[in-house]
Amino acid sequence: MADKTYQAGVKEYRKTYWTPDYVPLDTDLLACFKVVAQAGVPPEEAAAAVAAESSTGTWTTVWTDLLTDLDYYKGRAYRIEPVPGDPSAFYAFVAYPIDLFEEGSVVNVLTSLVGNVFGFKAIRSLRLEDIRFPIAYVKTCGGPPNGITVERDRLNKYGRGLLGCTIKPKLGLSAKNYGRAVYECLRGGLDFTKDDENINSQPFMRWNHRFEFVMEAVHKAQAETGERKGHYLNVTASTCEDMLERAEFAKSLGAPIIMHDFLTGGFTANTTLANWCRKNGVLLHIHRAMHAVLDRNPYHGIHFRVLTKCLRLSGGDHLHSGTVVGKLEGDREATIGWIDLMRESFIPENRDRGIFFDQDWGSMPGVIPVASGGIHVWHMPALVAIFGDDACFQFGGGTLGHPWGNAAGASANRVALEACVEARNQGRAVEREGREILTEAAQSSPELKIAMETWKEIKFEFDTVDKLDAQKR
Amino acid sequence: MPEVQPYKATERRAETFSYLPPLTPDKIRKQIQYLVHQGWNPSIEHTEPEKAFSHYWYMWKLPFFGETSVDKILAELEACHRANPGHHVRLVGYDNYAQSQGTAFIVYRAGGR
Repeated sequence: MADKTYQAGVKEYRKTYWTPDYVPLDTDLLACFKVVAQAGVPPEEAAAAVAAESSTGTWTTVWTDLLTDLDYYKGRAYRIEPVPGDPSAFYAFVAYPIDLFEEGSVVNVLTSLVGNVFGFKAIRSLRLEDIRFPIAYVKTCGGPPNGITVERDRLNKYGRGLLGCTIKPKLGLSAKNYGRAVYECLRGGLDFTKDDENINSQPFMRWNHRFEFVMEAVHKAQAETGERKGHYLNVTASTCEDMLERAEFAKSLGAPIIMHDFLTGGFTANTTLANWCRKNGVLLHIHRAMHAVLDRNPYHGIHFRVLTKCLRLSGGDHLHSGTVVGKLEGDREATIGWIDLMRESFIPENRDRGIFFDQDWGSMPGVIPVASGGIHVWHMPALVAIFGDDACFQFGGGTLGHPWGNAAGASANRVALEACVEARNQGRAVEREGREILTEAAQSSPELKIAMETWKEIKFEFDTVDKLDAQKR
Repeated sequence: MPEVQPYKATERRAETFSYLPPLTPDKIRKQIQYLVHQGWNPSIEHTEPEKAFSHYWYMWKLPFFGETSVDKILAELEACHRANPGHHVRLVGYDNYAQSQGTAFIVYRAGGR
């Protein structure tokens, strides 16, 4: 490339990084950012700056640029689109060549795409809305250690959603009392119980004591009911060594499933644990503490669908998805969008669900979405209608808060779930006929009847903060 | 609000629909209709109750690939039950697209429930 000469100084980004004629390659990693530029910065320049700062560029020309094939390695802003109903922002589409990223490393992808560029002064705010991972890159990642099919086969659960419960209070129980709460839930009819994310290994309950009592509870409930059960033993720890030690101990006690917090623990730890789980045949439940810090602001941060894709690549068999109907934020269409991204093998672009690109996962196993947070029996019809069967419904307060205790609460939830599935299979409109379906089922379940009386007034009807842009049209 | 009720000694269960009252013949028929509508292949399995925890029960013949007649599936379930009166009998719907079972539920439960 002897035709290029070095000229020191600052060049407009768009001269190098705005390429509206570029046709993305099948192997390119594509990203869509929502950009609000500073006053006076034209959209093409802002988009080009995002492409540059998240790939090869820096603020000034450097002579070493000429030692590389910049035209091959640079990220390219190739399209700008208006954001429906919002003239202050626009979407910038950027294509990155696959060789910019280390194989099998969502860590490396994120370090580029959501690194320095998010603090860049010419941009007022920036949100990573979506990433298209090319199948060539997907194939370099381990993905879910087991997947939906393997989990169903191992646990012998077919034709219905799974049921779980997070043990409360979050903090302060002794290991033995904690195991009691687990046993009651499981013998009443739940498939899983869960460590709350805050439970790691505190002075009131060290991890190994918890693991021993909990696994006694799991084994006993399993023997009594004849059904397979599990408890998500949280192995999240301050170092990877501690995390793996806890995982090994869980396995030695016969635990079918363990748990990790992927954002606070970090992607490196998560991928390490997923690889361990794949090798050891242990299911991996993933919690998402810290996600709302990243994904709730509509103008800045990382959309949850991106975090979902990154987790599927890093590895996890369950991932919290929100409930749509419970106490935590989550728009219905947007939620359906990211639960498709968890479970399906090919998800086409669908702006009405916030999906900006086709995503092909090839043969990568699926992740079970976990609906948890402020749900109770009255929500069951809607949950079955929204999520279908490949999901885990977690009723914490909705099990433990039953006036007759955990086992009765668990039984009420199980009866409600099975009644809704049975009705759906008969062709009934489960959501619309929810009240009748539950009322009929309660005739043979006093536990369900009391649960319905206890929670009939509780609803969480607040407006969603992060609405889909497409809905603002 | 009635006062607190004790929860009964744990009963053995059998996965999907085992927390509902036993399905009536009409309800069983509707579940089979659903299985057929999903394009799943019906298969019948049975076992002695004490061996029910195992993944593998005895197969009743082979899976009934392509069978869409609810009456024929019901007749096979009944034949399996008559030949093995002390056994649990369950119906499986094989989903060859997902390479898994789309559903599985007990139709005849040994000892009534």
